[in-house]
Amino acid sequence: MSEKIYGQSRVDGITVLLYLLLVFCGFLAIYSSSHGSDNFSFDFSTKYGKQIIWIAISITLGAVLFLMDVRFFEAFSYTFFIAWMLLLFLVIFFGKEVNGARSWFAIGSFRLQPAEFAKLGVALALSRYVSDIDTDMKSLRYQLITAGIILLPIALIVLQGDAGSGLVFFSFIMVLYREGLSGSILVIGIIAVILSVLTFAFGFIAMIAALIILGGIITAFIYTNTRQLKIFWLVILACIGFTKAVDFGFSNVLQEHQQKRILVMLGLLEDPQGLGYNVNQSKIAIGSGGFWGKGYLQGTQTKGDFVPEQHTDFIFTSIGEEFGWVGSTVVIIIFVLLFLRISMLAERQRSKYSRVYAYCVLSVLFFHFLINIAMTINLAPVIGIPLPFFSYGGSSLISFTVLLFLLLRLDTNRENELDSDY
Amino acid sequence: MTHNQNRSAIIRFAIVVFALILISKLFYLQVLSDKYAEKSARLSIRAVIEFPDRGLITDRNGEIIVFNEDAHDLVVHFPFNKKEFEMDDFCRLVKMTPEEVTEKLKTARASRFNQKGLFIKNISTQDFARIQEGLFKFPQFSMEARSDRKYKHNIAAHTLGYVAEISRYELERDDEEYYDIGENIGKSGLERYYESLLRGAKGKQLYLKDNTGKLKEHYNDGADDTKATVGTELKVSLDVLIQEYGEKLIAGKTGSIVAIEPATGEILAMVTSPGYKPDMFAIKNLGKNYSKLATHPDKPLINRATTSMYPPGSTFKVVMSLIGLQEGAITPNTRYSCNGGFHIGGLTVRCHAHAPRPNVTYAIQTSCNAFYCNTYREILHQDRFENIEEGYNNWKSYLNRMGLGNKLGTDISGEKAGNVPNANYFHKIHGQNKWNYVRIISMSIGQGELLLTPMQMANISAMVANRGYFYTPHFIRSDNVPEAFTTKHEVGIDNQHFTTVVDGMRNVLTNGTGAYVQIPGIDICGKTGTVQNPHGENHSIFIAFAPKDNPKIAIATVVENAGYGSTWAAPICTLMIEKYINRDTVSQRPELEKKMMETEIPKK
Repeated sequence: MSEKIYGQSRVDGITVLLYLLLVFCGFLAIYSSSHGSDNFSFDFSTKYGKQIIWIAISITLGAVLFLMDVRFFEAFSYTFFIAWMLLLFLVIFFGKEVNGARSWFAIGSFRLQPAEFAKLGVALALSRYVSDIDTDMKSLRYQLITAGIILLPIALIVLQGDAGSGLVFFSFIMVLYREGLSGSILVIGIIAVILSVLTFAFGFIAMIAALIILGGIITAFIYTNTRQLKIFWLVILACIGFTKAVDFGFSNVLQEHQQKRILVMLGLLEDPQGLGYNVNQSKIAIGSGGFWGKGYLQGTQTKGDFVPEQHTDFIFTSIGEEFGWVGSTVVIIIFVLLFLRISMLAERQRSKYSRVYAYCVLSVLFFHFLINIAMTINLAPVIGIPLPFFSYGGSSLISFTVLLFLLLRLDTNRENELDSDY
Repeated sequence: MTHNQNRSAIIRFAIVVFALILISKLFYLQVLSDKYAEKSARLSIRAVIEFPDRGLITDRNGEIIVFNEDAHDLVVHFPFNKKEFEMDDFCRLVKMTPEEVTEKLKTARASRFNQKGLFIKNISTQDFARIQEGLFKFPQFSMEARSDRKYKHNIAAHTLGYVAEISRYELERDDEEYYDIGENIGKSGLERYYESLLRGAKGKQLYLKDNTGKLKEHYNDGADDTKATVGTELKVSLDVLIQEYGEKLIAGKTGSIVAIEPATGEILAMVTSPGYKPDMFAIKNLGKNYSKLATHPDKPLINRATTSMYPPGSTFKVVMSLIGLQEGAITPNTRYSCNGGFHIGGLTVRCHAHAPRPNVTYAIQTSCNAFYCNTYREILHQDRFENIEEGYNNWKSYLNRMGLGNKLGTDISGEKAGNVPNANYFHKIHGQNKWNYVRIISMSIGQGELLLTPMQMANISAMVANRGYFYTPHFIRSDNVPEAFTTKHEVGIDNQHFTTVVDGMRNVLTNGTGAYVQIPGIDICGKTGTVQNPHGENHSIFIAFAPKDNPKIAIATVVENAGYGSTWAAPICTLMIEKYINRDTVSQRPELEKKMMETEIPKK
């Protein structure tokens, strides 16, 4: 470790190992879900064949990062950000419509999803801004700009009609929390989620009634002083306002299929043939895997193409069915080890920029991992986001790889950084 | 910074907690819950059933009676993926309207747990070729081959029984879970009794299928597949020759014939009339014939040989003679006077003209009523009995040992027990032991409460032919005959008494009530019966066996509303015996044969 190359530390082997392990497992799963016949033929025109190419490109790009000057990224953070925001904006007009969302550029047979790469842009910009020596975390201006960096891509992606991918950017709250964002904002966030769910379940009118009755009861029984009461009723009023906003947002911003997905996920709508179909098939595939699984390439649901989008968003079903609970747990453990390793890498950075960036990587990967697996087992709504390093597709694999390898690149340079914040 | 480093610990902790939540939920889905494995199997595995040929049924001479012909059903597999289904093409293929197809699909899926349903049953040969050819486009449908019954000899419908689709009730009682909805099962007769032998074993091939229902490779490399095993050939005791003959003889009349090989208890013929031809109940014909026959006023579905009960009439005098002799109530030399009948108090049991003081042999020959009234008194009122109940029960126990008043236990179901009342029955009518033989005198001549099935009558004949024992009458003749049919039932009457009784029965044919039906060259022993029928004309009954020594056949015939036993039942019995023993194509008594075959006696 202590060996220096141009004053650099060695690449963190554990992270690379975990990365390769995940990519390998992901390839096995893609092969299983797309090899079609029984014989072990190989063909680059197939999904698994293309994935091989994507893996090669990703690793090459990852290696190229180590040839570049580490300051390049910090210096051009905002440029990257603006460039990707522009692409996000342009794709709304020039993108190709896929599954109701206009989020892909198509040049011939080659397709690119800017939203996947926008994560990198936001991560860089956020790292740069948060670590900026002038940034005062207490000031409203700081908070608004930070919020803007996160909310701008969300707005653009929602406009593309792909609200699911937009949600990913909320994961950066984890970064802000680590960097000192008040815990109470998280509490408010949790309350907001609970209020939202209750609003979906019972409707706006019932929620207002419930909040007022709750307020009344509390006022009657816990009578304190007038000032506290005022604040209390302001909170209630804020809740009512929020509820109204959620109600409005739900019925006006979200598209009908998204509304349904949320309702189905919350168990408020039964729909095993329609929207619930994917999740139902996903649960059957995973649930039928049992303790040890049906064996590699032996999954009856995988072979029969029962799970829609299995090679992309539902790739975990192939692991669940063919490797059972043991295999699923092993994959989850590998992910968790990677996350813990990234968090460790983050904490050993001397540069605040590098640390913030590391947490950006962690939060993006963790959010994808958590939501993707949770949606396959009906713990989260079906939002179309890939499982990092597993799901088929060049955009996502390349963007996750670059995201992670850039962190490794920064990490090799950690000894050369002196950060004023320490 | 410690503050924020705590936060890093909190973040790590949260990651681990969320991961544990995922792992727990996965544990619930994959390990604790079985329902996904079941759903998975239902979605992705299709069992292709191979139906074995049902066992043949052959007669005692190896002659095939029942065999099979191929039949095909179009079945639909569930869950049904409507998205991939080309309704118009399919309608053209099966020549139905979309509405009919939708309706049929709905009926085929009787329950949401069914994996498959019957879409069209019994597709005709020309439709089969056409549909089969176009079916590859509809992977959710498949043809299932199974056999239908075909009859080389279209006889013995009631004995053979029939095969048809399993009912909901039968499915529920299918503890081995062998059958599936829409499959066939033996419904009556031998087809039902020997179902487990005849059906063989279904073969099952498990295939993986994809989300469109298209079959892929064998599931689990065929490790769970099974081959079909052909049903066992059922060798039965029927003799096609006399079964067919008997059906011709009794045609147009109501009644039945049962013929038994005394030495084994094997049933040689069991005829019931009016009846039907077994091919009317082949699966392809069942639909159009069943309700017609089931509601027919003549009740052709009833097997009168085992389920109709008649007073045995004078044929019962054979039994009375044997009990009397065994009990010492009479001896071969005992004579009772008969002055045109039996008179006691105000009661008269009339008798017809014969020499005045018959002994037992002569009483059988002439069917003297008075003799048996006296004999009954002597049997029931012996000095050793304290009361009538003891005497009656002693008499009744002989009957029970002869298989009367209980089911014989043959191998087709639905058999009746006949009726031999308990002493309690008479206690209730007359008061506890306040009755005597006079009150029940009609039973001494086979009338009154006494009721027997034709099979029980034939069994009496077999028991006498064997001089004191019988085997439960049965049809099975295969290698492993159940023990119930190889157990000798001794009736408790000494051999010497049979000499006396058999002589009497022989005399019936030589110069008694059945004299005009005797056949040169065959020593037939028999007994006529003419049963008074309060509802109409008398029933004509005859029991017989032949030859007298080493009997080959014992037989009973009942012809309802036909009058004297000697005029209808006796000729039929003796023609059957003649045919069985001589096996000639031409009877020695063509006139009699013609009369029997051509006369119709309407039920009155």
